[in-house]
Amino acid sequence: MEQKNHENKERTVSGYIIYRLACIVFVALFVSVMLFMVSGLPEFASQQGPVSSEVSYKYLKDTVTDTGAVNAVAGMILDYRAFDTLGETCVLYAALICVLLLLGHTRLKYSKAAAGYMPGRIDLSRESNPLKDDDILKVSMRVLFPVIVLYGICVVMNGHISPGGGFSGGAVLSGAFILYANAYGEEAAEKIIGRKLYTALTAGAIGCYCLIKSAAFFMGANGIEDPFPKGIPGTLISGGVIPLLNICIGIVVACTVYGIFLLFMKGGFRE
Amino acid sequence: MTYFFDLFRTNLPEASAVILFGMGLGNLILARNLIKKIIGLNIMDSSVYLFLAAKGYIAGRHAPIVDPGTVDPSLYIDPVPTGLVLTGIVVSVSVTAFLLALTVRLYERFGTIDIDRIMIDLRAIEKEEDE
Amino acid sequence: MQLIMPVLLVVIFILAAAVTVTKKLLPAVIIFMFYGLVMSAIWLLLESPDLAITEASVGAGISSILFFVTLRRLKEIDPEKNDGQDVPGGSGGASGKGGDSA
Repeated sequence: MEQKNHENKERTVSGYIIYRLACIVFVALFVSVMLFMVSGLPEFASQQGPVSSEVSYKYLKDTVTDTGAVNAVAGMILDYRAFDTLGETCVLYAALICVLLLLGHTRLKYSKAAAGYMPGRIDLSRESNPLKDDDILKVSMRVLFPVIVLYGICVVMNGHISPGGGFSGGAVLSGAFILYANAYGEEAAEKIIGRKLYTALTAGAIGCYCLIKSAAFFMGANGIEDPFPKGIPGTLISGGVIPLLNICIGIVVACTVYGIFLLFMKGGFRE
Repeated sequence: MTYFFDLFRTNLPEASAVILFGMGLGNLILARNLIKKIIGLNIMDSSVYLFLAAKGYIAGRHAPIVDPGTVDPSLYIDPVPTGLVLTGIVVSVSVTAFLLALTVRLYERFGTIDIDRIMIDLRAIEKEEDE
Repeated sequence: MQLIMPVLLVVIFILAAAVTVTKKLLPAVIIFMFYGLVMSAIWLLLESPDLAITEASVGAGISSILFFVTLRRLKEIDPEKNDGQDVPGGSGGASGKGGDSA
């Protein structure tokens, strides 16, 4: 067995240097070909580039009248191209489910399957490490937690009149919950968001997004008058359904990131 | 050589994005540690987003927050690449989370995160199973 | 204002090279976090505030949190093997960065 390992290592060492040199040559060739193609592009920040085409012209001209949102990017991704945002939310879901499949097993206290792989290395009698509370973080969280949550809600709600939107606001909200779980321990965090509420929020928010946007498509296709007011552009109550969609996406992103964090730390919720 | 410097003068962010892509690709292929490979993949993603956002910039214009009074599209930059990059950033973080979960499982299985050691152990196990 | 852009791009190159060369894992992740922050500043220079705020919160925030939690998780399973050191089994960096032709 020792001999075989030594032989294997020797075989990999001799082909190793050729492999690494070939990789460096390949990367250098690739980059030079791409640089040659970059030289054929129009100049940076020029006015006659092919991107200044009719599509962006229409988006900039008609955003305020069609959607009511002042932020052209938010109007584009939540009204004209709302399917892309739905697909992106599904990618988040797929990542959460994959991480749940891979790391959910540690809830079973270093299960016997893992101990079978690495005999003698995993101590079955050791409790999996729960999240404990921390005194320094507790003192600072008394001040910081409401501020972070307020900032996250502000970024989410103002997605249609200023830069921001659902994704960045959801990330900020998830940061607040991660800090809370680290400061007060896992039992206090489970009192705020437990397993049932988490499942309801995560599944319900994407369902709400689909329902609201399908209703908007249906009403638009059949010529029914839109019940959500476009409002005065530039105020908070404007933009039709875009603030509601922003809230749904913010909830989805916050819950997904918080769930992935809990899965990495201790394998999920207590049960 | 002057051709090369001329390229940097006219298309600076695009050329830098291509070189960053090459650096990330070298990191992805040549690093022995799995965490370094994942960092390399993230650098590649960031460089592609830099390229896309640089193609949307037009000199002398502002961010696409439209003034609701006057509607003049020649005052704003292109909003379409910004929407594409927003989707891309979220997909990049999802892929990173999945790859890190795979790394943790590989460490539990093999006891190391060196990809060469993992391949050696895997081939040894397959040889044992064949015999 | 346009003098800042080449300076920031040079800083980005130095950070990407530093991630390749660093041997330990924890400094590599911290340098990657700083890379995300400088990239967010570049996007502000390219007049896309949506991208800047999203990259600052998602790239420099959440992605780095996931890396740190992974490093903690990797050290936890074998506590008797590494006493305060870095992760065992190959912390060597890449031997070439490629792409810097000419």
